[in-house]
Amino acid sequence: MNLEFSPEELAFQQEVRTFIAENYPANLRGKQDEGDELSKDDFLSWHRVLYKKGWVAPAWPVDYGGTGWTATQRYIWSEETARADCIRLMPFGLTMVGPVIYTFGTPEQKAKFLPRILSGEDWWCQGYSEPGSGSDLASLRTRAIRDGDDYVVNGQKTWTTMAQHADWGFFLVRTNTDAKQQEGISFLLIDMKSPGVTVRPIITLGGEHEVNEVWLEDVRVPVENRVYEEDKGWTCAKFLLAHERTGIAGVAASKRGVEKIKSIALSETDGDRPLLLNPFFRRKVAELEMDLTALEFTELRTLAGEAAGKGPGPESSLLKIKGSEIQQRITELALEAAGHYGAPYFRGFGEGDNEHPIGPEYANRAAPTYFNTRKTTIYGGSNEIQRNIIAKMVLGL
Amino acid sequence: MDFNYTDTQDMLRDTLARFLADTYDFETRKKMIASADGRDPGIWRALATELGILSAPFSEEQGGLGGGALENMIMMEELGKVIAIEPYLQTVVIGGGALKAAGGALADAVIPEIIGGNVIIGFAYAEPQGRYDLANLTTTAKKEGAGFVLNGHKAVVYAAPWATHLLVTARTGGGQRERNGAELFLIDANLPGITRRDYPTVDGFSASEIYFENVSIPADAHLPGGIDLIEQIVDEATMAVCAEACGVTRKLHEGTLDYSKQRQQFGQPIGRFQVLQHRMADMFLEAEQIMSMTLMGTLRLDLPADERKAAVSLAKAKVARSANFVGQNAVQTHGGIGITQELAIGHYFKRATMIEGQFGSADWHLDRFEQLTYPKG
Repeated sequence: MNLEFSPEELAFQQEVRTFIAENYPANLRGKQDEGDELSKDDFLSWHRVLYKKGWVAPAWPVDYGGTGWTATQRYIWSEETARADCIRLMPFGLTMVGPVIYTFGTPEQKAKFLPRILSGEDWWCQGYSEPGSGSDLASLRTRAIRDGDDYVVNGQKTWTTMAQHADWGFFLVRTNTDAKQQEGISFLLIDMKSPGVTVRPIITLGGEHEVNEVWLEDVRVPVENRVYEEDKGWTCAKFLLAHERTGIAGVAASKRGVEKIKSIALSETDGDRPLLLNPFFRRKVAELEMDLTALEFTELRTLAGEAAGKGPGPESSLLKIKGSEIQQRITELALEAAGHYGAPYFRGFGEGDNEHPIGPEYANRAAPTYFNTRKTTIYGGSNEIQRNIIAKMVLGL
Repeated sequence: MDFNYTDTQDMLRDTLARFLADTYDFETRKKMIASADGRDPGIWRALATELGILSAPFSEEQGGLGGGALENMIMMEELGKVIAIEPYLQTVVIGGGALKAAGGALADAVIPEIIGGNVIIGFAYAEPQGRYDLANLTTTAKKEGAGFVLNGHKAVVYAAPWATHLLVTARTGGGQRERNGAELFLIDANLPGITRRDYPTVDGFSASEIYFENVSIPADAHLPGGIDLIEQIVDEATMAVCAEACGVTRKLHEGTLDYSKQRQQFGQPIGRFQVLQHRMADMFLEAEQIMSMTLMGTLRLDLPADERKAAVSLAKAKVARSANFVGQNAVQTHGGIGITQELAIGHYFKRATMIEGQFGSADWHLDRFEQLTYPKG
């Protein structure tokens, strides 16, 4: 057991660095530096670069378009992309429905959907939560009734991230009301352009439009778009949730976040010194690094387990809990560092808006980001649910 | 010792609470913020004329009801319950407080106008480099002829877009962080040489960056008292936002409790789950302690400066920590709906968050408390 990268791994690290330096879209970098809102095309610009290189889905099996990287290489990849402040690719196709389709899908489904997920041709969204079914997801009521070769779907989904851009959505729907809750759910792929699909925005506390309500009214979905068996969709859902949880740790991005806090705290003055020399503030940053390092090595142990053939199990709940809490603490410290300039609500982030920010650049999104990041302990199975999973599945309580 | 409110104080609270219940529901507040002005000036007019309660903390000689810090506390608590965006803190607590303390002809002239609702004051004390140190000032007030000339940049001045007057801290002498030379001025907000950049704040207010460029102000704009006076009025303001936090966190707690009784998951109200019960019990404990610390600090505002500062700092540090806890857990317990603009709870959370840092973070206040009361190393 050791922590050193081998010469081959170091060479890979260098290859990744060079690739990012030479290929990360300059226009996207500019927008990130300015704090501009990113459009669908911005998100896709980096996706397309990686697709061309064959690096868009490192975790996928090689047969379906994966890179065949080792766990260490994947670790290096996520480290380097975070270090270079590359945007995160949208997870709905690549890390969510993609693995479900190549694990449970028919050959036709694989052939139809996987290439378009890789290329970025289809933008996916996730139709899980409903107004009455949040933590208790299995109580969902969106109904799909078989009618010939179609299902007719009626219901309402909510918190559907980026559905405003979506071409396709993967939905959990109830196909059987007689069975036990978990045993009457099916996993459907729905064309978001189908008649009867309505997407309505939900504006969150920082003023962002990220999430939506999705209304389904007599939406006809071909039976061939059901993944896995009828009434067995919960199997796909559980598989996907465990996958989502490992990605959700966000270690590399949080490392980048900690570095940002340090640089902010170096430029903020606190009397005759930078804020980072304020013993109370620096202690909080150090504690954050401590917890982040603990998370990082927990994740590395999990990845090593996966490499040895152990699938992500209920332990991944730990990664979700700690990862989400750390993400929130980063935003909290950024807001604290911003001082008075945390208060202005600067709206000039629109495309082509040249208004200069109020106070330092980093301060302007500090409060909205803090507000928005409260979501991380709620989404992907709230942290309360994650603790239930650990209590039941790991501790046997 | 007596923790009872007088009949007059009870009446003040009831009057304001009833008025706000009729005029300040969540949807109306949203519309005010979205309007061109960012507020409804009719509310302020009504508080002054119809209810006549802007007079509460002023002496009878000044045309007031003879109250003080406790009356401000009551007002701020009620305003906090509806997350009001009225400039009471800036105009009455801070502006009025400075005038009360300084006295003189300017106080005699302006206090009746505050009471009448004709004056709105923005408190221009913060500077981009200063954080919470009130003496860290680069804005200068240079003596020139009979008056002064102001130059400098003031940061995040709440209520400034609506203000008729600005209460400005500026340096008449001394180095950037010296206590000596920090002075207070009350000036007309529209003097030549003053420019503003207005913007909304994340908690629903309007505020401005203010730039002074060779602004000539008369000698009598100066409120004598130096840094001691500035610290006193900021301590009073600090206790006022603690009182506001009482109202804000009470609503956060109550709203969460209500929601936990209605929201069904796993076949029962989520309030039945022990983990959430304990959390809401803790939120209740924190909200109660905010109330306790607000009373403690407010009742000690009259003590000698160092004792006052120690009490205010201990109170504000606790309020900041507790408001953080209550706000975050209110959102968490609501789940996704807590992060949307649709429900009031998120807006209370935003205000609670901004109160945390207003007039000094928990760390800053704990540090001030330690420096004042613990042995020096």
